[in-house]
Amino acid sequence: MDLLLEGFQTALTPENLLFATIGVLLGTAVGVLPGIGPAMTLALLLPVALTMGPDSAIIMFAGIYYGGMYGGSTTSILLNTPGESSSVVTAIEGNKMAKSGRAAQALATAAIGSFVAGTIGTVLLWVLVPTVADVVVELGAPSYFSIMLLALFAVTAVLGSSKLRGFIALFLGLAIGLIGTTTGQARLTFGQPLLADGIDIVVVAVAIFAIGEAFWVAAHLRRKPLEIIPVGQPWMSKNDWKRSWKPWLRGTAYGFPFGALPAGGAELPTFLSYATEKKLTKHPEEFGKGAIEGVAGPEAANNASAAGTMVPLLTLGLPTTATAAIILVAIQSFGIQPGPLLLENEPDLVWGLLASLAIANTLLLVINLPMAPLWAKVLQIPRPYLYAGILFFATLGAYSVNFQAFDVALLLVFGALGLAMRRFGMPVLPLIVGVILGPKLEEQLTQALAISQGDVSTLWGEPVAIVVYAVMLVLLALMVASGLRRLAQAKPEHTNEKELVER
Amino acid sequence: MSTTTHEREPGARPLIDKAQYGFAAFLVVAGGIVLYDAIGLEDGFADQPVQPYAIPYVVGATLIALGVLLAVATARGDRPEAEEGEDIDLTQGTDLRTVGMLAGVLLVNVLLIDWLGWAITGAVLFAGCAGVLGSRSHVRELALRAALSVGSWYGFYVGLGIPIPAGILDGVL
Repeated sequence: MDLLLEGFQTALTPENLLFATIGVLLGTAVGVLPGIGPAMTLALLLPVALTMGPDSAIIMFAGIYYGGMYGGSTTSILLNTPGESSSVVTAIEGNKMAKSGRAAQALATAAIGSFVAGTIGTVLLWVLVPTVADVVVELGAPSYFSIMLLALFAVTAVLGSSKLRGFIALFLGLAIGLIGTTTGQARLTFGQPLLADGIDIVVVAVAIFAIGEAFWVAAHLRRKPLEIIPVGQPWMSKNDWKRSWKPWLRGTAYGFPFGALPAGGAELPTFLSYATEKKLTKHPEEFGKGAIEGVAGPEAANNASAAGTMVPLLTLGLPTTATAAIILVAIQSFGIQPGPLLLENEPDLVWGLLASLAIANTLLLVINLPMAPLWAKVLQIPRPYLYAGILFFATLGAYSVNFQAFDVALLLVFGALGLAMRRFGMPVLPLIVGVILGPKLEEQLTQALAISQGDVSTLWGEPVAIVVYAVMLVLLALMVASGLRRLAQAKPEHTNEKELVER
Repeated sequence: MSTTTHEREPGARPLIDKAQYGFAAFLVVAGGIVLYDAIGLEDGFADQPVQPYAIPYVVGATLIALGVLLAVATARGDRPEAEEGEDIDLTQGTDLRTVGMLAGVLLVNVLLIDWLGWAITGAVLFAGCAGVLGSRSHVRELALRAALSVGSWYGFYVGLGIPIPAGILDGVL
């Protein structure tokens, strides 16, 4: 409790409050902007953030994270083209509401629902993070190794529609992570001294998220302007409140646990929440035509899962969403080791972050509700400027890391990879997670085997490790089972092996 | 290259996304490079239980296997689900010309940045990209790009304390 108060003291200094406000505003602005999600914003801002103190940078990032989540919902309500996969469900009912003249209520229930879910989620974090951290500190290298394997496996195989593509992205990331001389010998440096320290992960992140996305949009730029629904001041009637508060709470209950799991993500809980509200509603006739429950529940689930993501991130150093991956990169870039010891070594940082989440959440509500009409205008920014601006800042960011033209060239190369990945439907998250966790995985394996003096059986010598491997086996079995079921349903002629391959 | 996901009619012959063979080949080549590099590594020190080439072997071999699997899947009619977004219109073909020109602008920036400095190449970069993407208001752009690049140079240099090399404008800025 004292630590939390100290955290609030850190977060409430005028300077950090300013950074939190900037973060929330920036996050919302870019969340609203089409084509830029929170992960890309954080990637673009990484180089700038690295010049600030770790506390301020992380606090600003927290603001951007929450702001971006909220901004994304504004876009999907007003445009019906969800930018992030987590706001797909919001778009279903939200845009219908907006079209029937209830945009103000849709935005209000999204904003207040996000606030409620965010607040509950943050309080849960205050309780859970120290508890989990206490448990996790006890884990040995073999257990930690197994948990990292599980996270890689889960991020790759559980999320996304094509398992094959998930694994391709993961192993490309692992290959990039090999570059450098961490083992004492130069691996994959091609005799290039600039590669000896490995590729700066900031450059990879900016290239994949910003350049790749800008290229991809450029290749398919919508030439006709989108239809934007005008909006006034968000407000809700008494009846809207009555219909919203239960979905908010149920959405939170779905969102937080999924976010906290190593294979969390926001897609699944938002879909579950939508399905639940559809089943429980007293107005089933409105679903598909703009039911407020269908916005309130998924939006709450979305934000609660964002909060939940912080549990594996802060206690294990495992990122489960693209945005969390970038926050992890930021923590690492400050020379701080994320992982089980983070809370013990950097209590000020962690508690400052946990406190600032609550502040960001409140700021979000206070700032965003009155500003909704303004945010709607942001949607009209001319696209050439928007994407030229993204390329401009991405290049500046990559260049400012080391002032080497070489980094900008790398940016172009990985940008091309990012474009190809989007073209061929490869998910981006496994690649980034692979780059981050690959070297750590090798480190933990080395540590475990060094302690056991090369005895491989140490890897399954701890109970936690055994449980984790069992979970992985179960997941694998489930995947194979559902594959077989599909196989049985599919026509027996020439689809068989293809289905298996797609798994 | 203009192929994107669409429902196939049942019974119809699978449409093959030929470009995907290219990506599969890229994976095999990348895996091959990782393996080739790993072969050149020597045994680690005595206190290194995990040999430096152990993980590269796994990664390289898996990349090759994944490339082959992707090629097989492609031959069987597997098609990618291209990513969607607010500004993305997948009903039209891939506009490779625009992307190529953008890449060209970035490449020019790479080649000139050491010599001319960010304040100049940044302006060229922004104007080039905006132009390629279809902006037609040149006067406004001129002002905007100068403000952006010089402003960002000063912002980084003074505001954030990041000394971006000025290039040939050294002494002027």
